[in-house]
Amino acid sequence: MATPENKLAFDAGWQYSPAPESTDHIKVRKRYGLFIGGDFVAPEKGKYFDTVNPATEEKLSRVALASDADVDKAVKAARKAYGPWVRMKPAERGKYIYRIARIMQERSREFAAIESLDGGKPIRESRDVDVPLAAAHFFYYAGWADKLEYAFPGRKARPLGVAGQIIPWNFPLLMAAWKIAPALACGNTVVLKPAETTPLTAMKLAEVVADAGIPDGVVNIVTGAGETGAAIVNHPGVDKIAFTGSTEVGRIIQQALAGTNKKYTLELGGKAANIIFADAAIDQAVEGIINGIFFNQGHVCCAGSRLFVQESVAEEVIQKLKDRMETLIVGDPLDKNTDIGAINSRQQLDTIESYLAIGQGEGGEMYQSSCPVPDKGYWCRPTLFTGVSQSNRVVQEEIFGPVLAIQTFRTFDEALTKANNTPYGLSGGVWTDKGAKIFKMTQSVRAGVVWANTFNKFDPTSPFGGYKESGMGREGGLHGLDAYLRLEA
Amino acid sequence: MSLTAVDTTTRLPDLSAVPAVDEVGVNERVARFQSRSIKTASKIEALKLVLSMIDLTTLEGQDTPGKVRQLCQKAIHLHDALPDLPHVAAVCVYPTMVGVAREALAGRDINIASVATAFPSGQAPLSVKLEDTRMAVAAGANEIDMVISRGEFLAGHHGRVFDEIVAIKEACGDAHLKVILETGELGTLDRVRKASVLAMHAGADFIKTSTGKIQPAATMQVTLVMLQAIRDYYYDTGRMVGMKPAGGISSAKLAVHYLVMLRETLGNAWMTPDWFRFGASSLANDVLMQLQKQKTGVYQSPDYFSKD
Repeated sequence: MATPENKLAFDAGWQYSPAPESTDHIKVRKRYGLFIGGDFVAPEKGKYFDTVNPATEEKLSRVALASDADVDKAVKAARKAYGPWVRMKPAERGKYIYRIARIMQERSREFAAIESLDGGKPIRESRDVDVPLAAAHFFYYAGWADKLEYAFPGRKARPLGVAGQIIPWNFPLLMAAWKIAPALACGNTVVLKPAETTPLTAMKLAEVVADAGIPDGVVNIVTGAGETGAAIVNHPGVDKIAFTGSTEVGRIIQQALAGTNKKYTLELGGKAANIIFADAAIDQAVEGIINGIFFNQGHVCCAGSRLFVQESVAEEVIQKLKDRMETLIVGDPLDKNTDIGAINSRQQLDTIESYLAIGQGEGGEMYQSSCPVPDKGYWCRPTLFTGVSQSNRVVQEEIFGPVLAIQTFRTFDEALTKANNTPYGLSGGVWTDKGAKIFKMTQSVRAGVVWANTFNKFDPTSPFGGYKESGMGREGGLHGLDAYLRLEA
Repeated sequence: MSLTAVDTTTRLPDLSAVPAVDEVGVNERVARFQSRSIKTASKIEALKLVLSMIDLTTLEGQDTPGKVRQLCQKAIHLHDALPDLPHVAAVCVYPTMVGVAREALAGRDINIASVATAFPSGQAPLSVKLEDTRMAVAAGANEIDMVISRGEFLAGHHGRVFDEIVAIKEACGDAHLKVILETGELGTLDRVRKASVLAMHAGADFIKTSTGKIQPAATMQVTLVMLQAIRDYYYDTGRMVGMKPAGGISSAKLAVHYLVMLRETLGNAWMTPDWFRFGASSLANDVLMQLQKQKTGVYQSPDYFSKD
């Protein structure tokens, strides 16, 4: 393995010049109202808050802070629109959803740039992952709109009514698509709340909804923080809650909904095990580990944040991870060569940094790449912890940052036991050249998604969701329809 | 995998210990290299580096001394309209043309590479291959590009392939040995990786993808697998081995993506003509055209660039 004499050097020599994505084509208003009943309207109490670029700490725009009264207005608009929308011919509903998908594709450059500006994620990801996948979700569910009777043969599929949807800041546009597309396809109307740090692409989506001619009130988007979300959850006129976010908030929502007639889906936290057997294709596994934990700065609920490496290859895998980390470029999210962008907010950076301190305090050995980071903005270098165990907090708790906790294992059973030894169960990964081992492991890991010899693969046709404290219900695929329907005999 | 215990000079390592290769993962990594955006100063630097790494090649049945002399002129005068250009690393010819190239390149810092060992098929007895090699070296070649016996390799006779490389290496004397795996005939990336390990342990100074006579020739996928084999070998033994993708790299953009791959896999130490070469006949002019475009802002007609 590597010694001081034969260490690879990635830090000098030929470097990539800046290759920034231009922003002259994007239009961001100085201020956004609430999108209710087909129009941007001022909030009742006249309050607005700033949304900032986490890479520069500069203000991008101001968005309305929705109060209970505003949420009530949005729910009423959605209720009013529900009747005509549900009576519309399903194929017509489908046409509207296709239209959203196409307009989103046409404006994909603008969506990608704004997603990176507002959320800090690298343009390579917003351009190649977030925006195309968001459009794909609308395309996929548009197709289901007039085929629901085939999705659930022998039963009548009825929409629920008004869906309240609360989404996180890690994939702002994509999560909006995951929520809105199936809801509309099933004949529901929606009130959606984007996260307070990343409202801008939702505002652009509101413009798309208006330009697509979706009937007024079918899609309503209200901005605000936790209190706005609580107002949606507790509103008696809402028939369904779809929430993606932390397990902590998910618990509060579940408590609030207990005893009501509201249907709900919760997509919560995760602490996925990524398991590397000695017979895996090691170089490709290393790449999978990197993508599993450093994709989107690690702000991914299904991130492969717990790595289990079979002991006989652990030294080699860790060496190769360190080499690969040296080639990851941390910096300007708008630069096309950036691999790891800005941490989404000051608050999240503080959380991540507190975990770095906790991990070291617990006796873990921390390794970070040597990449330079900008002076302004919120940044965290890709980070590994070795010498940690299941008893350590950095192994147990969701950090939601570019921090990987590495443990070794000896036998299949040991890997499986430790992989399942977590309150979460959202995703997992297994790497081996042996097919039988893949099936054995994927059937035994208690997680909603388990990837084999790959990681973080998403497709609208595939259901996604968690076991245990990672949530309930599934989004995506045929299963995703079920969450927005009442099935009758 | 650890091959640390293996005697690196004379023994065939246990090829079953070579790590598996996953083709889907390789494709994804390559796509990631190709998404790098190389602009402005870094592009100019890369293009010049590409030129300096080219083994300017002619390997045709119709080659004549006249053709080879013209190729050598091109090697010396890539495009005199652009100042500060590097020269190519080497010219690459058949053994019969080595003498001609030697004369044409006298006093120049340009290496003479010769293919040998019954190129391109390698279907000849070892004695013929050895003689082929000795003749090319005696005529003045300082780099020998040999082909492995793919038939023997595919039949599982790894030892014979290994022994042959060891023998050719000895026949090379001071000349550098590049071992052509002809990856287009090996069929899987797993075999590419195993053949790379075998060749390096047998003493290859460079490993090379292709003869250019078989499709597919060089691809970024096989080159990545070979670079990763070079890295692991370096970690195991401390010895650097060079890499030469050959055949099918004709655009400057693709060549720059190979450099991105090289930089992010092996690091800066390999970013020189001593450790990386492009085997190509038409790549140089596209690179020159791009350099001219960087300088003037417009593309010139291909007729302004000499075709030798």
